[in-house]
Amino acid sequence: MSNEHIIIQGSNVSHAAESAGHHDDHGHDHHEQHFIWKYIFCQDHKVIGKQFLITGIIWAMIGALMSVFFRLQLGFPDSTFPIMEKVLGEWAKGGKLSPEFYYALVTMHGTILVFFVLTAGLSGTFANILIPLQIGARDMASPFMNMLSYWFFFLASILMFVSLFVETGPASGGWTTYPPLSALKEASLGSGVGMDLWLLSMATFVVSSLLGGLNYISTVLNMRTKGMTMTRLPLTIWALFFTAVLGVLSFPVLFSGFVLLIFDRNFGTSFYLSEIFIGGKALPHIGGSAILYQHLFWFLGHPEVYIIMLPGMGMASEVLSNHSRKPIFGYFAMIISLVGITLLAFLVWAHHMFVTGMSPFLGSIFVLLTLLIAVPSAVKVFNWITTIWRGNIRFNPPMLFALGFVSLFISGGLTGIFLGNSALDIHLHDTYFVVAHFHIVMGVSAFFGMFAGIYHWFPKMYGRFLNNTLAYIHFFITFIGAYLIFWPMHYEGIAGMPRRYYDYSAWESFKHFQGVNAFISIVATVVFFAQLLFVFNFFMSIFRGRKVTEKNPWGSPTLEWTTEINPGHGNWVGEIPTVYRWAYDYKDDGHGNDFIPQTRPLAPGEEEH
Amino acid sequence: MSVFIIITLIILVFIIIYQIGKASEHSAVLRGGEKVKAQTNNIMAVLLLVVFALGMWGIWFCHSIFVDRMLPVAACRTGVNYDNMFYYTIVVTGIVFFATQAVLFWFCYKYRASENRPSFFFAHSNKLELIWTTIPAIAMAILVAIGLRNWYDVTAPAPADATIVEVVGKQFNWIVRYPGKDNELGKRDFRSINDATNILGMDWTDPHNMDDIISQSGELHVVVNKPVKLLICSRDVIHDVGLPHFRMKMDAVPGITTTLCFTPTITTDSMKLITKNPDFVYEIACDQLCGKGHYAMRGTVVVQSQADYDKWLASQQSYYAMNHSAPADAKPAATTEAPKADTVKAVTKN
Repeated sequence: MSNEHIIIQGSNVSHAAESAGHHDDHGHDHHEQHFIWKYIFCQDHKVIGKQFLITGIIWAMIGALMSVFFRLQLGFPDSTFPIMEKVLGEWAKGGKLSPEFYYALVTMHGTILVFFVLTAGLSGTFANILIPLQIGARDMASPFMNMLSYWFFFLASILMFVSLFVETGPASGGWTTYPPLSALKEASLGSGVGMDLWLLSMATFVVSSLLGGLNYISTVLNMRTKGMTMTRLPLTIWALFFTAVLGVLSFPVLFSGFVLLIFDRNFGTSFYLSEIFIGGKALPHIGGSAILYQHLFWFLGHPEVYIIMLPGMGMASEVLSNHSRKPIFGYFAMIISLVGITLLAFLVWAHHMFVTGMSPFLGSIFVLLTLLIAVPSAVKVFNWITTIWRGNIRFNPPMLFALGFVSLFISGGLTGIFLGNSALDIHLHDTYFVVAHFHIVMGVSAFFGMFAGIYHWFPKMYGRFLNNTLAYIHFFITFIGAYLIFWPMHYEGIAGMPRRYYDYSAWESFKHFQGVNAFISIVATVVFFAQLLFVFNFFMSIFRGRKVTEKNPWGSPTLEWTTEINPGHGNWVGEIPTVYRWAYDYKDDGHGNDFIPQTRPLAPGEEEH
Repeated sequence: MSVFIIITLIILVFIIIYQIGKASEHSAVLRGGEKVKAQTNNIMAVLLLVVFALGMWGIWFCHSIFVDRMLPVAACRTGVNYDNMFYYTIVVTGIVFFATQAVLFWFCYKYRASENRPSFFFAHSNKLELIWTTIPAIAMAILVAIGLRNWYDVTAPAPADATIVEVVGKQFNWIVRYPGKDNELGKRDFRSINDATNILGMDWTDPHNMDDIISQSGELHVVVNKPVKLLICSRDVIHDVGLPHFRMKMDAVPGITTTLCFTPTITTDSMKLITKNPDFVYEIACDQLCGKGHYAMRGTVVVQSQADYDKWLASQQSYYAMNHSAPADAKPAATTEAPKADTVKAVTKN
């Protein structure tokens, strides 16, 4: 199925096909686009992907800096840090965070990392860059919607950024923003204007995510090049496809939850509010349920975890296979496990609510479904390990990060077995055990998937390599640091130490963890600087990195490496290549290469995978 | 100014590292790219193995530090079951953890790139997939079975002879109400709340309210070896009654009453001996972010013998009597109101 004519039908992209056509006839002499159309309001999926990535990197630095600040408070509650006052001003008077702003930082750290970095920055980047390139399409199904998707994200970013500067501070009710705390201005400073901006920003973010997601789904389903059947797709595309499906089906529910919260906050409704006495007076609200919000929130909130994980899984599969010079083991099992995870992701949300007083019977159903997810996850892990078995492993930076991804995914996944079991969750819920669990599995592990992707596809994005020495330093500090930070937190959690506390020194049961908290804070600061090193490497290498000199530097069979080193809008000069085989044919091609590109027809007598 | 100096310094250091990295890459190309590449590859493989070994040592070291700092023995029957189940789960996940991590890092080292050994084309095996689908499924089934048995045990309805106590959360402390002599909690309505004389909004037309007691110290007193049923509510936002020593937790949600039932088996005094800590207290930690004083929303549980409990209860005046014998004087209520504020460093002043 060729998508050439599909593209021409869309008025917005006709120039893409045209410019590709021009290449055929006149080489490179088509007129240069203006800077604004080429780099800002650009409809080229590769540029949009880079926009998502760079915005994500900026947010990641802001979010990580916030965590350094609140970790300093947590690790050293009796010290003052004048530098914090310089950066945060009033909120850290005398170099010490105020409790309100501590909570605001925790909330913003979560919101930014979960949504702006690991959703938009991760699947926004790689779905955009990889889907058209790996399926053999000139662009997305709707490049214009794709552009809008970025600009709605940009608007959401602006709103969130502005909320950091309002007088009462940004939202401070945790990234989950449970009402009534988030619904009532009397309940906390952060529930004022900051919360309104947070909700507006997140609503805009949902729009961005839906525009992107619908586009990714229709592109994967309709615009594959000739011969690219679904079962010849690289696993990255499968993973990004299911990520988009998850987002499209669950973000609207979150949106409805936010709309009701906006109504409760501003228009006197009582969806989430009932029988509340606060700020010296009884409120008129009766009959709402605060738990309703949690159901709506977690109906997205849990799939969101997989929205964050799946792209990393897909990219790790691709990278592990490529740099071991071996096909991914169990291609179909990998797809089936992705399907399993996607389906189950919608059926487990209430395991975040075991201690809300829900019916024990309902709880038991969610225990069963939650622990079921361990099965497809285990299948994936075993397949990854078998993929590197008897491989020919090249420890390039993307490979190291992919291996780190697997290691962290195992560690973080196993602790999920504790939390998914309600009988164990009843003690561990909302303690540092949870913090350790989700930071390892959907924080650091997802980041490792993202780093693997960035190091692997940076040559495709910018035609240059990232600096390897910096990459190796980055890897080892981050990998070791992540375990040093989060491993001890499990112990704090088992001892019942609650999360989201500003200071533990008044607690007989938890105050002896002070030394560990200080240790964690120091390591977190070191790891933060290692990330800055990566960011520096990233921006420096865009301009100064070693140039890519061959089309296919990693020796990969997939389509994106058949384009020019710096592909223009339209991706391929001339015809889009036809695909004849699956994406993992790492075998002797008879000419001394250890892989066969997807574009080479099957040899006589050769069986397809 | 100093911020700028620091930023400049960091960037300078980065540039130096970057240039060193770049120079080493260039020199690698000069010295024969492939050979250096193979060398680097071997170094990375060894480094990963070293990281793994150090990690294993680190896990052991970390454990030896923490093993003495964990919670003391569970102070109720379900808590003991909890600890057993936790142990089983640790064993199951621990085996998987060590096995998979060891194999992962060993393969990394063993199958590092080598010119003499091409990779082995091995794309799928239904037998293997079947094995590692079935085994985790069975392991999960066992954990679910143990889990659900304990879950239904913990959430079972309270026995009829359970002492009923109401625990109400508010920003930022707990209010504990006992039913008094008639053994029945009176009605209350959030619209009747006032912070001076009626912190729970008790309905004074309901006779059951007349003997109800609100713990003056804010402490929750319970009798050892006697089941207690907590009725948990909130006055404002969502809080959570976290009882780490009893391995229990339940949200306090405005407009909804949740329950928690347990039978404490160790008195506070015995626990002081067990932990060798004369300051030991059972603490109630708020486990749901509830505002700026969340971290200071600390309650305490006193587990005592029936005799001590009766003595304590006799010393408590009913809330009605406290607030109506001397209507002009609202002070006693005020002290009940914020009993815990002093334990916290300069936080909760509004």
